[in-house]
Amino acid sequence: MAGAEIRRGLRAGLPIALGYLPVAVTYGLLSRQAGLSPLEATGMSLLVYAGASQFMAVQMLSAGSPALQIILATFILNFRHFLMSASLSQKLACGPPRPTLLAYWVTDETFVAGGLGLADPSFTSLSFLAMGLMAYLAWAGGSLAGALFGALIPASLAEAMGVGLYAMFIALLVPSARGNWRGALVAAASALASFGLWRALPSLAEGWRIVAATLASAALGLLLPRRQERQP
Amino acid sequence: MIWLTILGMTAATYLPRLLPFLIGSRVRLPEGIRRWLELFPFAVLGALIIPGILNATPEHRWLGAAAGLAAVGLSLITRNVTLVVIAAIAITFALQRLV
Repeated sequence: MAGAEIRRGLRAGLPIALGYLPVAVTYGLLSRQAGLSPLEATGMSLLVYAGASQFMAVQMLSAGSPALQIILATFILNFRHFLMSASLSQKLACGPPRPTLLAYWVTDETFVAGGLGLADPSFTSLSFLAMGLMAYLAWAGGSLAGALFGALIPASLAEAMGVGLYAMFIALLVPSARGNWRGALVAAASALASFGLWRALPSLAEGWRIVAATLASAALGLLLPRRQERQP
Repeated sequence: MIWLTILGMTAATYLPRLLPFLIGSRVRLPEGIRRWLELFPFAVLGALIIPGILNATPEHRWLGAAAGLAAVGLSLITRNVTLVVIAAIAITFALQRLV
């Protein structure tokens, strides 16, 4: 049933949209302070659609960095999505929406929600599309709102709302990890590796840190003995 | 010039997302690689949460850590992600008044 698949996606998209809004509003506000017009700020959200890279670009634009340098930094920061798309494509590609369309909605958040949601057969590529569209609209809408009215939001509320995104990651991880001890160990190893890299090499781009921690800890997970996993 | 930068960034973010879908829908990967890819969501989550949540409240890192622990506790009780997100925001906002 297409309706049920879409509803399933929208339900998964709601917390993502909620997590994106404050970050997008902050982005919109910062981009105005860096001299972008509301149209340019929102246009970047609609076209680039990559949170961390947009913050970085705004910072580099205000520092007068050349375009090529900004584009290269964007590539480095976002290369992790190559891995996520590779993981998702194994399961999503069979659905009706074309891969060119599906790929656009891959973000850290939709990847995780989609990747874990796929264990549930009611979550299809159509659900992924609905979830992705909802997250996208929240990101673009929040960017516009931030560019226009961001200065009205108190800083402490913006900071508290910024924690929401991580609370979402935790809320996705904990229930999935309870039924999957190997997944839980991989997540813990990856958190440890990421923390270690952050302390040891503070100048390493976040994107590379996530790539390195992901590749290594998922490989570590393959070494764990295979056992019948407990059914959720 | 800004729009040119934006278009370049669009290519830099979209192409890495698109290529695996174009290849992946044609090629059936070996079992070992597929098992490796299936562990990615867990690995990505671990690396995103730490140190990210500590940097979300850069002036008082313990605030983010406390909200994160509360989120872990809540996630053990409920599977409602939206509820956990709102509760963590409220807890952070309340704790900010104490510092």
